[in-house]
Amino acid sequence: MVREKETTLYIGPQHPGITGNMMVKLKVQGDTVVSAATHVGYLHRAFEKLIERRNWIQAFTLLCRFCVPEPDPMELTYARAVEELDNREVPERAKYIRVIVMELARMQSFMLWYAGQSGSAGLYLTPQWSVGDRNYILDLFEDLTGGRIYHMYIWPGGVRRDLPEGWTDKTLRTMDYIEKRLDEYNKILFDNTIFQKRAQGVGIVPKDKAIEWGVVGPVLRGTGIKSDVRIDEPYEVYDKIDFDVPTQEGGDIWARALVRKEEVRQSIRIIRQAIADMPGGAYYNKVSNPMKWTVPAGQAWAKTESVRGEIGFHVTSDGGNKPYRVHVKGAAYTHGVTVLEKILPGQNIADVSFILNSLGVCPPEIER
Amino acid sequence: MSFIDLKGMLQPLGAVKQLFKKPHTIQYPYETNKASDNYRGLHFNDLDQCIGCGNCSTICQNDAIDMISLDNIDGKKGDSGLRPRIDNGRCCWCALCVDVCPTGSLNLTKDYIFVTDNPNDFLLTPGLDNPDAKDRLSYTCDMNTSLSLYDRVPMRELDGKERVKSFAEVVLGYSEEEARAEADRCISCGLCTEACPENMHIPEYINAIARGNDDDALRIIYDNNPLPEMCGKVCTRVCEDVCALQVRGEAVAIRWLKRYATETAPTVEMIKEIVDPKIEEPNGFSVGIVGAGPAGLTAAYYLALKGYDVTIYEAQAHAGGMIMYGIPKYRFPLESIDKQIQYMESIGVKIKYNTKVGKDITFDEIYTNNDAVFVGIGLQNPWNIGIKNEDSPGVISAIEYLKIINSDETYDVGKKVAVIGGGNVAIDGARVSARFGADVTILYRRRVEDMPADWEEIEGAEHEGINIVPQAIPTRIIKDEKTGKVIGIEYLKAKMVAEDGGRPRPVAIEGSETIYECDTVIGAIGQQADFDWLPENYKEDLIIERGKIQVNDLRQTGVTKIFAGGDSVKYGNSDAISAIADGFNAVKGIDKLLLK
Ligand SMILES: Cc1cc2nc3c(=O)[nH]c(=O)nc-3n(C[C@H](O)[C@H](O)[C@H](O)COP(=O)(O)OP(=O)(O)OC[C@H]3O[C@@H](n4cnc5c(N)ncnc54)[C@H](O)[C@@H]3O)c2cc1C
Ligand code: SF4
Repeated sequence: MVREKETTLYIGPQHPGITGNMMVKLKVQGDTVVSAATHVGYLHRAFEKLIERRNWIQAFTLLCRFCVPEPDPMELTYARAVEELDNREVPERAKYIRVIVMELARMQSFMLWYAGQSGSAGLYLTPQWSVGDRNYILDLFEDLTGGRIYHMYIWPGGVRRDLPEGWTDKTLRTMDYIEKRLDEYNKILFDNTIFQKRAQGVGIVPKDKAIEWGVVGPVLRGTGIKSDVRIDEPYEVYDKIDFDVPTQEGGDIWARALVRKEEVRQSIRIIRQAIADMPGGAYYNKVSNPMKWTVPAGQAWAKTESVRGEIGFHVTSDGGNKPYRVHVKGAAYTHGVTVLEKILPGQNIADVSFILNSLGVCPPEIER
Repeated sequence: MSFIDLKGMLQPLGAVKQLFKKPHTIQYPYETNKASDNYRGLHFNDLDQCIGCGNCSTICQNDAIDMISLDNIDGKKGDSGLRPRIDNGRCCWCALCVDVCPTGSLNLTKDYIFVTDNPNDFLLTPGLDNPDAKDRLSYTCDMNTSLSLYDRVPMRELDGKERVKSFAEVVLGYSEEEARAEADRCISCGLCTEACPENMHIPEYINAIARGNDDDALRIIYDNNPLPEMCGKVCTRVCEDVCALQVRGEAVAIRWLKRYATETAPTVEMIKEIVDPKIEEPNGFSVGIVGAGPAGLTAAYYLALKGYDVTIYEAQAHAGGMIMYGIPKYRFPLESIDKQIQYMESIGVKIKYNTKVGKDITFDEIYTNNDAVFVGIGLQNPWNIGIKNEDSPGVISAIEYLKIINSDETYDVGKKVAVIGGGNVAIDGARVSARFGADVTILYRRRVEDMPADWEEIEGAEHEGINIVPQAIPTRIIKDEKTGKVIGIEYLKAKMVAEDGGRPRPVAIEGSETIYECDTVIGAIGQQADFDWLPENYKEDLIIERGKIQVNDLRQTGVTKIFAGGDSVKYGNSDAISAIADGFNAVKGIDKLLLK
């Protein structure tokens, strides 16, 4: 074999298979990656700093912007941290609504992942379908919150509005529709030999390293490790709901894809139960005038299972009407920097975006 | 698996059948998407409902909302005259502005397509630029979903039955926790400050209370009101009438919060310690003040702080004017007055009691011996009811009656009392009589909702068992032929007639004569100033019109050296806070005159 010259290649910062700008600097020999380095800084908006200048309620409108594909877990995690500091009860109904929102968020994010994952494999039919189907979920969000992508709906004390009339029926109908569609997606994607060939054995996260590297969510579960905040440290009403946490062995893109595929079915299951069990009553434990509302001094750490895995907010209050410090720890930093740099060497250039997409990386969340 | 996995290769082609299905997408503009009933599109503001409080602008974290003035909207009490303008280039559609709009005027619409080639069009004055959007409202906010706190923390009071047994204070005041909760409701729009005759720093002291800094609150209050304990208890609080929250809910209890702040300093020493008034070195000028009512006292306090040598000449044995001799003690107790007066005296205000100007000392003397004079004599003479037999024993004016009671003397009202009038003075006369066990009826010419008295006073009277007969025009007093004493009052029932869309006027219904039997008739239809003490030459120069002295905005009269304020001048309302404002502004006038 002729030893080929090492070349430097830049993937990104525009959309290397993910949402948001980030660049991966590759050293390649031929079409094989020798080393990879993640470069961020293209959309630093200083979210964490900006939050310190906003009062507790104003701050909540910024959170969804950490990650376009899954804005809702940010809102929930922040709300839970603030509620802990403020010792604020959340009405039971709001907890059920929150669970429904979380699972809808998971589903719509999955639909977007469908698009990115298959698109980066050169399969362009799935994106056409899944972005369309995702819109039916966004319709539900629009009815519920008034916004399609950024909902600004879950805030400290509960949720912002009660369910509109007829919303649960529409949701159930949408669930039936999506459930049927999943079989169609199997046909075009999961049973598709091209996708299987591209995904199997590629982008392997080794099981014995996964925990050490800080891997979370579907990526971790794709290595065969069963870990999910919803089960391990249940919040809201996840402990009252029956659902399974799928795992797959192998640690490759394929394993991660199968985990996600099953998770959507579980989300549908959760939503149906939550709608059936949801009590009436208040949806919001109103906080004081947002201009004056202060939160007792202290620190709180809240975490939830986002679509990409565990996400945590460390919120510090000095007793004032603004957060003193909000620190966000999501999947993106570990997956997009640590893990990516470790697993890319040895892979084919053509698989870089494909791998990146499978890891669930949200650059704005890295930059915060 | 190998590449020759036929099923896996062919199956995806089955997707072709989707070609014959209706697509998800819509073909704009042939088809349009129907936005949801909750959609967060462009803003719409009901310009008539909006009061320009600016809360939308304050909550906007993107600085996307400016408050601007519009050609056809003028500011007035309770409306800043400004309206929000949205920079759609900055808006993030969080809709917090909608959720905090206290009036509910600001909403979002279903409009989500906005095309323009002019970047300036991104500046949208909702309601003005898109009046038709009114029909496409989507994201709105009612009182349940609003972030405004519309319900007032209720004030604890003595029970109605308990109250009438004594002159104990009716209102019990807020606890610390209640005050903080009530203060939290304030949105700091400042419409109240504009409406307050004295422009008190209301949002600032309420903020201080909300933050738990009661001392700060007290200092802020004393900055332009030296009688806050009185205002905290009996102020007419025009500020609350314009509170942004009262458009849909209950106004912030501004008066009670001020009261709370003053209660945190229960002694003169504490007031002094907290307020820590800075008294300037004597400036060599002296000011004589006629009358120790709120107007005179206020002028005296701020003049003394500024280093003036101040002496008040007061006809009565006690300072306070009508707040001492008019307002009943269950509303404003003697200890409270004393504390306020002692505090003033402690910073150098001199008061000569029992010194009626014109009798015990001449006005000329005061005028000559001082560099400036302030006249705050109030309205000491009652108007007559103007009906037959008014001079009979058993007929008394409310202010005379209240003065007797407030001086700790007695007046026997008998078993049944009729009070004529619908203002605060009438209610005071009635409620005081109820405390002597009398059965009291108020006769008022117009409807209950037309009564100028404070609604809380009317409610208080009702709780104390006082009967209000509206639309009743007194025609004569009936006296006992032998003793000459009052035995009843006759009145005509009235119907309300609105002419030319004006305010409805009571018109007596012929033949509706009704007699109310009673032992006492208390007249409370107004007071006038007494200028008898003033030498004629001053009267002419002072310019007294319709019984009131004319002043400019610095409360200077037609005589350069003479300033005047309070009920006896033609400026503002006839209430304590207007008198305080007069005193305060006169200090500026005197400063301008003497210190230049
Ligand atoms: C029964 C009643 C209830 C009221 N309730 C309220 C209320 O709840 N809230 C509110 O804000 N306002 C209330 N008011 C109105 C309020 O009391 C007056 O607006 C306020 O006191 C006016 O202040 P002033 O300084 O102009 O006059 P006054 O308070 O009338 O004081 C004038 C002073 O000048 C003295 N004086 C007069 N002539 C001479 C003279 N020749 N020589 C020496 N001294 C003289 C008088 O003795 C008096 O002390 C009430 C009034 C009355 C009568
Ligand atoms: S918050 Fe509402 S009432 Fe106040 S200025 Fe804004 S639109 Fe007008």
